[in-house]
Amino acid sequence: MSALLDVARLSVNYGKVEAVTNVSISVAPGQIVTIIGPNGAGKTTLLSAIMGLVKSRGIVRYDGMDVARLGVEDRLANGLCLVPESRELFGDMSVHDNLLLGAYLYRHDATYIRDSFERVFGLFPRLAERRTQIANTLSGGERQMLALGRALMAKPRLLMLDEPSLGLAPLIVREIFRIIASLRTLGVSVLLVEQNARAALETADFGYVLETGELSLEGRASDLLHDQRVTATYLGGHT
Amino acid sequence: MDTDIALILTLDGITTGAIYVLIALGTVLIFSVTRVIFVPFGDIAAFSALTLAAIQLGRLPGTVWLVVVLAALALVMETVDLVRRGDLPRLPRAALLYGLLPCLPPAIAWLTTGMKLPMALQMLVALSLILPIAPLIDRIAFRPLAGASTLILLIVAVAVHFAISGLALLFFGPEGFRTEPISTASFDLFGLTITFQMALMVASAVIFSGLLFLYFEHTISGKSLKATASNRTGARLVGIRPVRAGTLAFLLASALGGLSGLLIGPVTTLYYDSGFIIGLKAFVGAIIGGLVSYPVTAIGALLVGVLESFASFYDSALKETIVFSALIPILLWRSFLTGSHDEEDEEIEG
Repeated sequence: MSALLDVARLSVNYGKVEAVTNVSISVAPGQIVTIIGPNGAGKTTLLSAIMGLVKSRGIVRYDGMDVARLGVEDRLANGLCLVPESRELFGDMSVHDNLLLGAYLYRHDATYIRDSFERVFGLFPRLAERRTQIANTLSGGERQMLALGRALMAKPRLLMLDEPSLGLAPLIVREIFRIIASLRTLGVSVLLVEQNARAALETADFGYVLETGELSLEGRASDLLHDQRVTATYLGGHT
Repeated sequence: MDTDIALILTLDGITTGAIYVLIALGTVLIFSVTRVIFVPFGDIAAFSALTLAAIQLGRLPGTVWLVVVLAALALVMETVDLVRRGDLPRLPRAALLYGLLPCLPPAIAWLTTGMKLPMALQMLVALSLILPIAPLIDRIAFRPLAGASTLILLIVAVAVHFAISGLALLFFGPEGFRTEPISTASFDLFGLTITFQMALMVASAVIFSGLLFLYFEHTISGKSLKATASNRTGARLVGIRPVRAGTLAFLLASALGGLSGLLIGPVTTLYYDSGFIIGLKAFVGAIIGGLVSYPVTAIGALLVGVLESFASFYDSALKETIVFSALIPILLWRSFLTGSHDEEDEEIEG
């Protein structure tokens, strides 16, 4: 099976500092792949580079095409979608408008927009209740749901999630991971960056470990869960 | 001062303020979407009035050349950009958007020169000549600096103002113009004489503020502008091109500026450099709104108009001084507000 996303020898520099060095990862269609690693390892930078928000060297092939020349909007139009760690919601706009703008590229397709609203509200009934509420007044968990929902409105085929569980209460974390796992049935592949390594590896099919900008380990998620190097460093306090 | 004079001054102030409202709303719109403080806004209003005056005198307005030259510059820059990026398939689109489209109004103006068109059509020709100016300036002066700081964008905006008012001197000469009155009718309201022109100015401000509100609240294109202003990265992540949002904002602003010019043309004698002071006063209104809030900006702009009217009654030599001195307490009040605002935000975060 050919990969949906194929990143080869990707490097990103911030000035003279190399934030990501020679990283190669791949995501197959329908797969959930996770990248775990400590703070400052370059996980966010890697996702930003794949989305085209920051400049990078190396090859990013998505759905068989080299996306190096495509801007953020064109990558999105092909179904590559990022939910950043900072959520980047439209804080002074309503839940409804945030979701509606998620489907901005499909703004002329009323049927698609109606169906997508239905699908997102089906996944997140809470958002349906808060439809008219202003995004800034939502709780942390609801905001993450809104960020996920907004991304799902954009017809994603590969959804990149940056720390979706960050700062959320354990109960909501479980809820979010349940929804991430269910994305597979919607035909959406997921590239998941997480500090919550255990939850991420339990949800994912495949995993990478990123340390100080370089990949140090990769393997099937179930294997990594029992790998001594991973358990010692990333799963230690979570048992 | 008796109440009659106070009423007349207030009425007069609201009329002038109505024009400031239109320009101030445009200023806030451009700033929130593109971070540019569009200093030449008033110049665009003046250009609009001077263009209409030239049309009414049966001359070809110099605006025609301004638009053609701006379009040519923009087309060259866009072509060079596309070729450099190797994005050749988009060349025809660029030729259409930057070459053909902006040159349509000048062509119409040229063809209709000297014709005795009805006034409504004259105004339409003048307005259509003004429309492309701000989006083209955006393409030429601001888009290449998309990542620059607000300060640099402001400095460029000031430079654009000098360039534009210089060109206005070249095209229209140093003498002042007044356009023909739209209507000389007047009516009485509570014992005060209100001219139809005054009513039209106030009504336009109300109608176009209302339209702007409806546009932001009820159209996806308006919401995309609001979203860009609210969160630039977020907007890019849902596929809203900042460049497109910028063009849209500048186009709307051009329309607001052009409209204001047409409205003040018959009541004020305008010179090539009259626009600057109008733009600055509207900017005071925009400052009252903190460059973010449209309703507060509208109220602020009206206040500036009323303040100006009373100031000129007490001491007409000092009226500008009084209006601009008002900036100091306004800025103090704003900084006080912003200070407490930040704390509120933190509370929500926590």
